[in-house]
Amino acid sequence: MDFDALRSVRSNPWVISALAAAAFWVLIQVFGQVGSGMSVLTVSMQFAAFYVIVGVAQMLVISIGPGNIDLSIPGTMVLSAFVSMAVMGGSDNNLVLGLLAGLGVGIPAGLFNIVLIQFLAIPPMIATLASGFILQSVAAASSSLFGAKPSPLIGEIMSWKLAGIPALTIFALIVTAVCAWALQSTRAGRSVLAIGQNPRAAFLAGYNVKLTSAVVYLLSAMMASIGGMALAVFSGGAALNMANDFILMSIAVVVLGGTSVAGGRAVPIGLWASAILLQNLVIFLNVIGAPNGIRHAATGLIILLVLALTGKPNR
Amino acid sequence: MTSGSSLKSALQRHVSLAIPVTGLVVIFAIICIRQPMAASYGGLSLILAYVIPLVFVSMAQMLIMSIGDIDLGIGQFVSLAMCVSAALMDAHPVWGLAALFGLVLVYAALGGLIHLFAMPAIVATLGGAFIWYGTALTIFPTPGGTVPDWLIGFMRWKPPLVPLPIIIAVVLALVMHWLVMRHWLGVLMRGFGGNARAVERAGRSALLIRMAVYGGAGLLACIGGLLLSGLTTTGDANVGSNYTLQSIAAVIIGGGRFAGGVVLPIGTVIGAMIILLTGTLLSFANISPNWQLSFQGAILILVLSVRRLLEKRNGF
Repeated sequence: MDFDALRSVRSNPWVISALAAAAFWVLIQVFGQVGSGMSVLTVSMQFAAFYVIVGVAQMLVISIGPGNIDLSIPGTMVLSAFVSMAVMGGSDNNLVLGLLAGLGVGIPAGLFNIVLIQFLAIPPMIATLASGFILQSVAAASSSLFGAKPSPLIGEIMSWKLAGIPALTIFALIVTAVCAWALQSTRAGRSVLAIGQNPRAAFLAGYNVKLTSAVVYLLSAMMASIGGMALAVFSGGAALNMANDFILMSIAVVVLGGTSVAGGRAVPIGLWASAILLQNLVIFLNVIGAPNGIRHAATGLIILLVLALTGKPNR
Repeated sequence: MTSGSSLKSALQRHVSLAIPVTGLVVIFAIICIRQPMAASYGGLSLILAYVIPLVFVSMAQMLIMSIGDIDLGIGQFVSLAMCVSAALMDAHPVWGLAALFGLVLVYAALGGLIHLFAMPAIVATLGGAFIWYGTALTIFPTPGGTVPDWLIGFMRWKPPLVPLPIIIAVVLALVMHWLVMRHWLGVLMRGFGGNARAVERAGRSALLIRMAVYGGAGLLACIGGLLLSGLTTTGDANVGSNYTLQSIAAVIIGGGRFAGGVVLPIGTVIGAMIILLTGTLLSFANISPNWQLSFQGAILILVLSVRRLLEKRNGF
């Protein structure tokens, strides 16, 4: 029986993250007077939404097979945030234009990655590393021209709540649900997983390998754009270092969520388990007054622990 | 291996090395045209000072990449080594050295863990990145510590004729070239990167190979961190993070490949110099340092495109 339980956990690694998230939630209740358990969960989910939005992007990329990873996510986030805030210029008049301008950064950024990977045959990791460098430095070079604030209206929309759940969290939940549905029930979604399992077989089965991976990289850049704009609106403006955490975090939530690093297996719901786990960990460490360094070290230990618990031991 | 394929790999290696060498010459020539003083002893010492930690980190990354892994935490590990040395080396040098040696063992253990649990290295080292950074931040939440005078003095040492950074870079390149390309350890390591199963079937322990490679990378990163503390004269938890991606870029520019255990120690050192000199080049050309990352990204793309073009023409 124990063996069966262990095996089912191994095949659903996100269960471990969910259990750990619950454990920290209990610890928060025990150690701190921080309001009701529900409010802790809401706060967690609010911040987790940022990681989930970018995590969806990274998850799709990782799912199309070994070597695929998008290191340009932080760069895309930062530049999109700066451009959209600049166009909004703190007023509601240009809200829609600002959002479109932000996405207007994501789309060419994604296309650029596709050109590097498919036409110049540069390994995806190096291609996105290079394009990430470029995006980051364009943002740095032009940031002095921007420095604008988000439109107040979008700020209000983002802080709007339905039954206590913030709008951004609802948006992220919808994105996750659509992604889960698409992966399971659409030809496009299934082609992502098929390519991740075996590109040659997927090709022979009639899936368009190049088109699918191009779409995935484009989606990744667009989600990064949205994540960057949301983060900038949430913090009242864009900053150059705002996305520094996201290279590591976007990969961490994907892997802790049970998505296979070797590709071919994506677990959208796992993104929530791992993002809430990481947020609950932060809240817990804040509650017991642990310094910032401990928070990072604990995050790293949890990543290694989950990897050890879910990996197949190599004899 | 047939003589045909060894000839092909030798040619491939020459093409891979010719590109960074050309790149370095071009970049250095432009710097000298803009600022002739750069070619003087003092100029070289100045513009190349920070190449010292970078060559060690890049070499560490190269070892990891030679067995087909990628290390997303090596820069943060350098921060940790730097903070440990700033915390201990002045007051208790023996404890400081012991702690750095302990860090090397920790890195070897990480390699063992990766092997034993069949962890994806890229994620495991990412987990490591959080741990190293967190620990470094716990030691020094803000930059601090004291670095012993002998270490600061060594980093400021002006040896006759050739500036210190060049001596260190050349010695490191030659030692690592001998170790990786000539010594049986290096052959075993690259063979493991090319075909892990074949090396295992030949009776070698994959666990030990991986631990040795990670231990070696940890040692190089620790030396890099120690020397970095001598340059900055403090411990700073944030300073190393940039090295992670820069070291990957240096290895690739220097002729390394993701697949098949193909790495070039001499190329890696040149790659590290190119990465560093991009900043110098921009400042001498009166271009905002904000564009440095763009420049590095463009070089990366250029190098890989040219390499592919040359290889195609030579029929690889």
